[in-house]
Amino acid sequence: MDGSFCKQILMKEVGMGVSRRQFFKSVAGTIAYAAVISAVPERVFAAWNQKAFMSETMAAAIAAKYGNLPIEDSAAIQIKSPEIAENGAYVPVSVATTIAGASNITIFSEANFAPLVASFDILPRMRPDVSLRLRMAKTANLVVLVQAGGKLYKAVKEVKVTIGGCGG
Amino acid sequence: MKVKAVAQNNVVSVKILVQHVMETGRRKDETGKLVPGHYITEVNAQHKGERVFQAELGPGVSKDPYLAFQFTGGSVGETVTISWVDNKGGTEKADSVISAV
Amino acid sequence: MKKIPLNRSFALLVVLAAMFAAVRVEAADYQARVQADIQAFRNYFAAQFPDVKFADYADGVYAIDEDSRQQWKEMEEFPPYALSVEDGKALFEKPFANGKTYGSCFANGGAVRQNYPYYDEKKGKVVTLEMAINDCRVANGEKPLACKAGDIAKISAYMAFISRGNPVDVKVQSEGAYKAYMKGKELFYAKHGKLNMSCAGCHMQYAGRRLRAEILSPALGHTTHFPVYRSKWGEIGTLHKRYGGCSNDTGAKSFAPQSEEYCNLEFFETAMSNGLIFNGPASRK
Repeated sequence: MDGSFCKQILMKEVGMGVSRRQFFKSVAGTIAYAAVISAVPERVFAAWNQKAFMSETMAAAIAAKYGNLPIEDSAAIQIKSPEIAENGAYVPVSVATTIAGASNITIFSEANFAPLVASFDILPRMRPDVSLRLRMAKTANLVVLVQAGGKLYKAVKEVKVTIGGCGG
Repeated sequence: MKVKAVAQNNVVSVKILVQHVMETGRRKDETGKLVPGHYITEVNAQHKGERVFQAELGPGVSKDPYLAFQFTGGSVGETVTISWVDNKGGTEKADSVISAV
Repeated sequence: MKKIPLNRSFALLVVLAAMFAAVRVEAADYQARVQADIQAFRNYFAAQFPDVKFADYADGVYAIDEDSRQQWKEMEEFPPYALSVEDGKALFEKPFANGKTYGSCFANGGAVRQNYPYYDEKKGKVVTLEMAINDCRVANGEKPLACKAGDIAKISAYMAFISRGNPVDVKVQSEGAYKAYMKGKELFYAKHGKLNMSCAGCHMQYAGRRLRAEILSPALGHTTHFPVYRSKWGEIGTLHKRYGGCSNDTGAKSFAPQSEEYCNLEFFETAMSNGLIFNGPASRK
C-alpha cells in the first residue's frame, strides 16, 4: 500500500457535490464491484474483460473482446489526437462516430505492452463521443473499433511520441 | 474525484478527473522490483436511475484519469452520480449537480 | 585646537550628506537599471516573436507552438493540478500542532503569490513563496517540508491558484536587492556545466526552436505559472525542482532547492517578467 493509496482513504469535498471513498479488501471489493455494476437491473453489464485488457497483441485483444466479428475500415469515425504527443504518459484523445446503431467504441494503442486501452458502451442516452488521456509507449497507431450491428468498423491515426531533449 | 456536469439544450456534458495512480504493473521501483498493477477497471454514471455512461479502463489510461462524455435528457439542478472501481477493490462514488453553461 | 573638531564635524556632515544623497539617488537608480534590463529583455523577444502578444508569454511555449498548445488546452479542460489545488487547500487550512494555521503567516487567506519573490532587507536575502511557507512552519514549531514536490508544491499550488490575475511586480530598490538581482542575472547568462550552456543560450537564443524533441520556452514569463503539474513528473513540482532538472540536463551540478543561487535566479527571472500576470499553477509536459 503506497502513499497515494492512503490518500484515497481521506475524505474529500468535491466542488459540486460530496464524494465518499471507501476502501474495501478484495473480497468485499468484489461485492462492491458487483453492486456498482448491477445497479441497473434492466441491462447486465459484462464484468471487466481481463483477458482482453491483458492481451499483448491487438489481434488477441480483439479476439478476446469480440470473437470473430468482421472488421472493415470506416470514414465515419473521427479521432482527435495530437500529431506529436507532448508526453506519452498523457496523450489527449477524443473519439466520435456517426455510424448508425453504434453500441461500443474501443480504443487501442498498437505499440503498448497491452494494446487495449479503454472500451465505452454507447448507452441509449449517451452521445457516441468520448474523450480521455491515454498512455502511449512510443510512436504508434491509435486504432478505434466501433461495434454496430454484428460488425466492427475501424479507424486508425498515428501519434508520434518522442523522447525529450531537456528533462528527458 | 472531481466532476463537472453542465447542461445546455437538454444535453449534459460531463467531465471527470479522478485522482488515481493507475499503476501499470510494468514499472520497477528503486530496488528493481515490479510495482503491482493498480488501476481503475470501470467507471459508470447514473442519472435518474438510468446508466448513462459505462466504461472499461485498463493500465493504458493515464494517471489521474480524465474522461469526458455527453448524455441527453438531463437538466440543470439534477444529479449525476459517478462511480468507479479498481482492480484492488478500491472504489469511489460522487454526486454532481448539473449546472448551467 | 577648537577648529579641528568643527572642521571634522563639518567634513563628517559633508560626507554624510553626500552618502545620504548617493543612497537616495541609487534607490531609484537600481529600479531604473532593472527596468532598462526588462525593456531590453522584452524588446529581444518582441523581435524574435513578432506575432506573440506580450501577455501570452505567461503561457510559455504554448504561446509559440500550435500543436502543443492544443494539447495544453485539452489538459486545461480539467487539469490534473486541480487535484493538487484541492489537496493544497486542505493542507493550508489544517492547523499546526500549536493550533495556528498558515493563515496566521499569510494575509488574504493565502492569496499572496504576487508578493514573492522579494528581497528581505533584514534577512539580507531573497525570500521565495516556498521559503516563506517553510518559515511559517518553523515559526510554528513544525518541521520544514522538502522543497521540490509533495506537500510544499500543493500548498504553493493552492496559493498560486487563489492569487491568479495579480501582476508580477518585483521591486529592486536597495543595494542588497540589486546585488541579489545581479547574481541571478549572472547565473542566467553565464555558461556552466559539462555542456557549457547557459539559460540564455536555450531560452533566449534558441527559444521557440527544438532541442531534440523539446521546444524551448522563452525566458520571458518563465516563472509566472509555477508550480507546475509536469506530465513527466506525474505530479505537481516547484520551480526550483525544474531549475535543478535543467542544471542536470546541461551537465552542471544542480544547486539545492531554495539555495541562494536558485533564489537569486528566481528573483532575476521574475523581475524580467514584471508586467505579466501570475497564472499558476499550470500543466506542462
